[in-house]
Amino acid sequence: MGATGGWRPTAVLLALGALSCLLSSPVAFAAETAEVAGQAAHGNTERISGSAGDVLEDNPIGRLKVFVYDLPSKYNKRIVTKDPRCLNHMFAAEIFMHRFLLSSAVRTLNPEEADWFYAPVYTTCDLTPAGLPLPFKSPRMMRSAIQYISNRWPFWNKSDGADHFFVVPHDFGACFHYQEEKAIERGILPMLRRATLVQTFGQKNHVCLKEGSIIIPPYAPPQKMQAHLIPPDTPRSIFVYFRGLFYDNGNDPEGGYYARGARASLWENFKNNPLFDISTEHPATYYEDMQRAVFCLCPLGWAPWSPRLVEAVVFGCIPVIIADDIVLPFADAIPWEEIGVFVDEEEVPKLDTILTSIPIEDILRKQRLLANPSMKKAMLFPQPAQPRDAFHQILNGLARKLPHSKSVYLQPGEKHLNWTAGPKGDLKPW
Amino acid sequence: MMKSLLPHSGLRRSSVVTGGRSSAGAGADGAAADVSGAGPRAPASSTFWFLLHALCCLISLFLGFRFSRLLFFMLFSTTALYHSATTSSSAAVLRATTTTTTTTTTTTTTTNTFTLSFNAANPPPSSLSNRTALETAAAIKAGTSGNPQSHVVVGRHGIRIRPWPHPDPVEVMRAHRIMERVQEEQRRWYGVKEPRQVLVVTPTYSRAFQALHLTGLLHTLRNVPYPLTWIVVEAGGTTNATAAMLSRSGLTFVHIPFPDRMPTDWADRHATENRMRLHALRVIRERKMDGVVVFADDSNVHTMELFDEVQKVQWMGAVSVGILAHTGAAEQPRLSEEDKQNMPLPVQGPACNSSGHLAGWHTFNSLPFAGKAATVVGEAAPVLPRGLEWAGFVLNSRMLWKDAEGKPDWAKDLDAVGENGEEIENPLTLLNDPSSVEPLGNCGKKVLLWWLRVEARADSKFPKGWVIDPPLENVIPAKRTPWPETTTELPSELLDAKQDQEDRRLSRTNKSSRPRSTTKRKGDVQEHAN
Repeated sequence: MGATGGWRPTAVLLALGALSCLLSSPVAFAAETAEVAGQAAHGNTERISGSAGDVLEDNPIGRLKVFVYDLPSKYNKRIVTKDPRCLNHMFAAEIFMHRFLLSSAVRTLNPEEADWFYAPVYTTCDLTPAGLPLPFKSPRMMRSAIQYISNRWPFWNKSDGADHFFVVPHDFGACFHYQEEKAIERGILPMLRRATLVQTFGQKNHVCLKEGSIIIPPYAPPQKMQAHLIPPDTPRSIFVYFRGLFYDNGNDPEGGYYARGARASLWENFKNNPLFDISTEHPATYYEDMQRAVFCLCPLGWAPWSPRLVEAVVFGCIPVIIADDIVLPFADAIPWEEIGVFVDEEEVPKLDTILTSIPIEDILRKQRLLANPSMKKAMLFPQPAQPRDAFHQILNGLARKLPHSKSVYLQPGEKHLNWTAGPKGDLKPW
Repeated sequence: MMKSLLPHSGLRRSSVVTGGRSSAGAGADGAAADVSGAGPRAPASSTFWFLLHALCCLISLFLGFRFSRLLFFMLFSTTALYHSATTSSSAAVLRATTTTTTTTTTTTTTTNTFTLSFNAANPPPSSLSNRTALETAAAIKAGTSGNPQSHVVVGRHGIRIRPWPHPDPVEVMRAHRIMERVQEEQRRWYGVKEPRQVLVVTPTYSRAFQALHLTGLLHTLRNVPYPLTWIVVEAGGTTNATAAMLSRSGLTFVHIPFPDRMPTDWADRHATENRMRLHALRVIRERKMDGVVVFADDSNVHTMELFDEVQKVQWMGAVSVGILAHTGAAEQPRLSEEDKQNMPLPVQGPACNSSGHLAGWHTFNSLPFAGKAATVVGEAAPVLPRGLEWAGFVLNSRMLWKDAEGKPDWAKDLDAVGENGEEIENPLTLLNDPSSVEPLGNCGKKVLLWWLRVEARADSKFPKGWVIDPPLENVIPAKRTPWPETTTELPSELLDAKQDQEDRRLSRTNKSSRPRSTTKRKGDVQEHAN
């Protein structure tokens, strides 16, 4: 850009001034946090602060108000009474979030003052006899629920759902399918295009991950895990631990589809390696073994997320995440890069080299971060809810999105949602 | 559920010959020609492609593999192709393939991925059993995750196997060092904060089983992760054999001679051992040794948790000891039915009330063994403990010092004990008030060591220092050597001695039913007779 020399010195001075201002405050802040961190690292834990700052221990009470729509019980309660297995499987977060919000302090009965609106629809509770959820009716169910709330209350139409949030913990979130190609084909349900989605699925640049979604951990039963704790001075003598399928012969007889070949590659490369305790058997001491391991593998399966991450964090085992482009729960509050080890799927054959060449100081630091009780609390959904647990982290995430921008509310005549979009089958009433 | 993959291209083939694979060939068609209609595609060319494709399908029906895709790939590949490093290896069996992606251009709507790897033998598609060895060309079309910038591809991927999937010893060593360091950190956070020295008091004397017992104890003590001093009191004065074992152990030790010889009667032996232990305590007091005193008899077996647990003792603690009294007897003592019912657990240790305080003592019930217990060392009968064994108690050595700060009033001064020659049955006599003993090991619930007495007869012979010198008298050549019999004549007296040995052996084997060995022996005798 053409410029004369005249303004340059003043610009430099201004820049220097601004720079010094900027530097002094972060330096002071950094010194304070370093001091705090130093104190905290004195023990066996370390403070955790993610990209949004030191927000893991925030208290959401008082920072937001949530209005819970009173949907007929056919959308929620009746489904659970028909099949109570929904309360124990890894998708149970939707049910427990509803129960938590009903009795929470952030709940308001006056919708006018609410910042967020929640519609409790249990879309993942239609189970096969084996216990796997079928998502085929979920789009219709969700659509029917949205039609209900947009007819009974004016708030949906005010913003086309932009200040509403839904919990969709299924494999690929609001794409409502368990097969990835089909899920991509369907895309996120058009009705939910503006709403905030609270889901377990997270993968960068994926159709089923919307901008602004809140990623949560899958449900893992907290009491069961607490019941299997062993003394913390039991020496960690297993280097790498994994229990699970490597090949899915039922659904993927050819091989190469399940887990994008990553789990099969793990097995073929490391089945003879004594450092790797990997097998498909499910022992009774599964939780105890995780507490005796240094690294726990968390490879992708049919979907990139799994409850193994929660189990690894609770049991203090460093998670080794093998899933390209995955987005982990509460990624803005928890610096997963510092806590876990990320391995690209194509580097799996070199996993032993990668793990043994991590500097020992990093490993010890990761263990200190994992030992932080806030970390473990943030991954769990205890009944009843406790401060700093996953429920509160979800509320924190919602609170961080406030205040709503102007674009949330529709101008008169503006309309975003196409109520007839999507496959024909979705439009049938539920 | 088989995933059916339909390409995003405009051409959709509903008929699938090889399970949907041939539709990928249609995808290849799409690759060749722009789908969005920008390219020129006259109807004639489309039927030509269709016929060619059908021809290839028929060929692959006969040949049994996905020929069409190979062909189309070779003819029409316009996209970059990656080979993983491992595919370049010509070592046939293990192969890996990688998927490749191409980014879409703005005009076309399809993405095309082809993965190929060629094996010299071009084997048929992998069956389940050959899955690992043969991952054949897996060029399934794929959709990316829908987003052009993503490089994560949905669809079939190769299974990457490196050429030598075995552990590298350098890495294994690194991993072990990592685990050691991690365990050290664990001990630092959760383990004992300030580890104290462990002073192990062991009365011993030279006899056949001494090497057995001391070796076991020695190995246990070597594994204790705390600084340790082994105070060995030997009855009958110090011997070279014991001294040799101690010096080879690598531990810090104090070898104290005790003037009396160890008696051959269990009751007397018990009393002598008590006196030896007191003697050791006096030495600790003189030298002002600092630490936790553990009474480890040489025949007992200790767990490693014991040494972690005793670090918690303030002044005097008690742990639970498992009493293993059924030793040596070929016939079990005949117990009456009610005896069997009332048989308590063979444990000696502290008993706690519900608030976790010491309420009493569990002791070993010797009544069922009354009259059948061993009295002489080496007798084949159960050896019973007497009252409370020393092994179940641990002391803070400062309790023994003449003056130590904080020493409680209920601890007697050591000089006052055993002065008048009275017998010291158990360490509780060191205290004025036995109720202030701390129960350790989860209030005695955990048994941390086992008490055992196994001895041979007092007059049993054993080689001194367990070194065979001079050589043994009877030398019998091994009969199963592959080498032919030597013709050297053996001296006649040796031959007679051998005959005796054979006869004795024969008579023994005849008693037991082992026909194989008896025939062997008979053959031997015959050979000798020649």
